[in-house]
Amino acid sequence: MLKFLERTHIRIESLAVLAGLIVIMAVFSPTTGSGTRVFLTANNFFNIILATATFGILAIGATFVIAAAGIDLSLGSVLGLASVTGAALVVTLEMPWYFAIVGALAAGTAAGAVNGFIVTRGRVPAFIVTLGMLGIARGLALIISSGRGIYGLPDEVLFLGQARPWGVPTPVFILAAVALVSHYVLAHTPFGHHTLALGDNESAARATGVNVRRQRMLLYMISGLMAGIAGLIFTARVNTGDPTAGLNYELLAITAAIIGGTNLFGGRGSILGTMIGALIMGVLQNGLNLMAVQAYYQQMAIGAVLIAAVWLDQVRSRGRQAH
Amino acid sequence: MSILELSGVEKNFGAVRVLNGVDLNVSAGEVVGLVGDNGAGKSTLMKSITGVYSIDRGKVAFDGKDITGSEPGARRDLGIEMIYQDLALAPQQDVANNIFLGREPTKRLFGIFPSFVDKSRIDAEARLMLDRLGVHVPGIDIPVGMLSGGQQQTIAIARALTFRPKLVIMDEPTAALAVREVESVLKLIGQMKEDGIATILISHRLNDVFEACGRIVVLRRGDVIADLNRSETDMSEVVSYIVGANG
Ligand SMILES: Nc1ncnc2c1ncn2[C@@H]1O[C@H](COP(=O)(O)OP(=O)(O)OP(=O)(O)O)[C@@H](O)[C@H]1O
Ligand SMILES: [Mg+2]
Repeated sequence: MLKFLERTHIRIESLAVLAGLIVIMAVFSPTTGSGTRVFLTANNFFNIILATATFGILAIGATFVIAAAGIDLSLGSVLGLASVTGAALVVTLEMPWYFAIVGALAAGTAAGAVNGFIVTRGRVPAFIVTLGMLGIARGLALIISSGRGIYGLPDEVLFLGQARPWGVPTPVFILAAVALVSHYVLAHTPFGHHTLALGDNESAARATGVNVRRQRMLLYMISGLMAGIAGLIFTARVNTGDPTAGLNYELLAITAAIIGGTNLFGGRGSILGTMIGALIMGVLQNGLNLMAVQAYYQQMAIGAVLIAAVWLDQVRSRGRQAH
Repeated sequence: MSILELSGVEKNFGAVRVLNGVDLNVSAGEVVGLVGDNGAGKSTLMKSITGVYSIDRGKVAFDGKDITGSEPGARRDLGIEMIYQDLALAPQQDVANNIFLGREPTKRLFGIFPSFVDKSRIDAEARLMLDRLGVHVPGIDIPVGMLSGGQQQTIAIARALTFRPKLVIMDEPTAALAVREVESVLKLIGQMKEDGIATILISHRLNDVFEACGRIVVLRRGDVIADLNRSETDMSEVVSYIVGANG
């Protein structure tokens, strides 16, 4: 078990935090009519997972990019762009239903490709490029949708967000599939090894034959693709292409990745760890909702968790260097 | 028969000219010592051979092929390996993965899923290589950054020798090594020579250079100013070329 955790970079601390959070929420959340805690109901469990699915997929994108010592601040905005692009194609332009999927994934990947192109060719720092994209993608989403939600998607699309095959919401299956494939890619393929090496020591990666530019480009495209998938799920869940979808989600996604053990400075990261991190954020958000904590305070809490997670990591690595 | 042929290699960093049109040939199985002052351009010249730097003018040919424009990966595939002065290791990745970085062997997982890095093979072969070199590390599954400087240097050496190179460039490979380890690196160079592997050894320790190399090339401010046969020179002549007392 310990060996498994070590190999997957999952921290015992993050598991402990998750367990602790669950206990706290279970004890402090209000009770239902029949006396059980709301937090512990099956319905609430699905609520947590549903909410987690959207930014959990974003967090996977964040993990790839951050593990290679990059950053993607545009994740939430690109989610919104993907959401309206898919919906506009199907609802406004009356194309077949699957264009909601094609459109969302293509819009996300394209935004990621633009990020990657400017980072690798223009040598502009990633946080500037993706911060710019945060504004551009959100603006584009508002332009495409004229600032209003694009409502009324066909059933085939809604299935991806609202159906419950075998009683489990579809987004949970999508998250599981995306996480499994991503774990395979990051932990077990040359591409994944090169990603971590690139984040660890770029010149070493280059000297040993890794095509650093291509690698970076692909990582930003993966990140964009994840935002596209998350945007698609969002659209399907609320039956709307929403230009404000995913607002501030990059905060959740990056925090989930960092809590999950991804090194902000690159070289270390695991998808399974990120999934634990995403669950922590999901439980935290859900519990605060149940306790009727206002959204403004929730934003503050999440921001504080991000800073605390990086701070702790810094303290820890300083300890590591000391001996 | 030269395996490596450099002609007219020029390299500028911005307005600063670091290599001034260097010509250099190295034959298979030859051990060449490359010496020169700090900043003479030795590392830059070697990185131009491995492709980490692209040159501004001139030609690099290896094994009869013009490789002037090729990527570092392609040059490694042809058999050029280098032990970099800064070692070029990924500190958070484990020892075995560092040795196989950029060269990960893969298989199909359960016979189905492609591109699965064969970690057990990496570990087994890395251990074998380290044993053959007589290198002792606490474990091949610990991050390289946790090893001592000398241990890291031996990992970099192991990486260069694992993939049947034809030319091995060593940039100060013994700088962080203890006496016994220096001896074993010099012995290793002798073995490689017998296997027909060409070596370029950069070192400020002229004793080591004289012990290992049959030929000594002196670089001074981006020019080859001397190309000497060991049997026809001595340390004071080499020193005088390095410091510029000889033109
Ligand atoms: N990436 C770079 N950018 C700008 N200048 C560089 C770069 N690399 C090397 N130089 C300059 O090129 C010159 C030659 O450097 P180089 O590292 O090749 O010297 P060297 O002979 O290997 O020296 P040493 O014995 O100290 O290792 C130096 O003046 C150095 O400042
Ligand atoms: Mg040097």
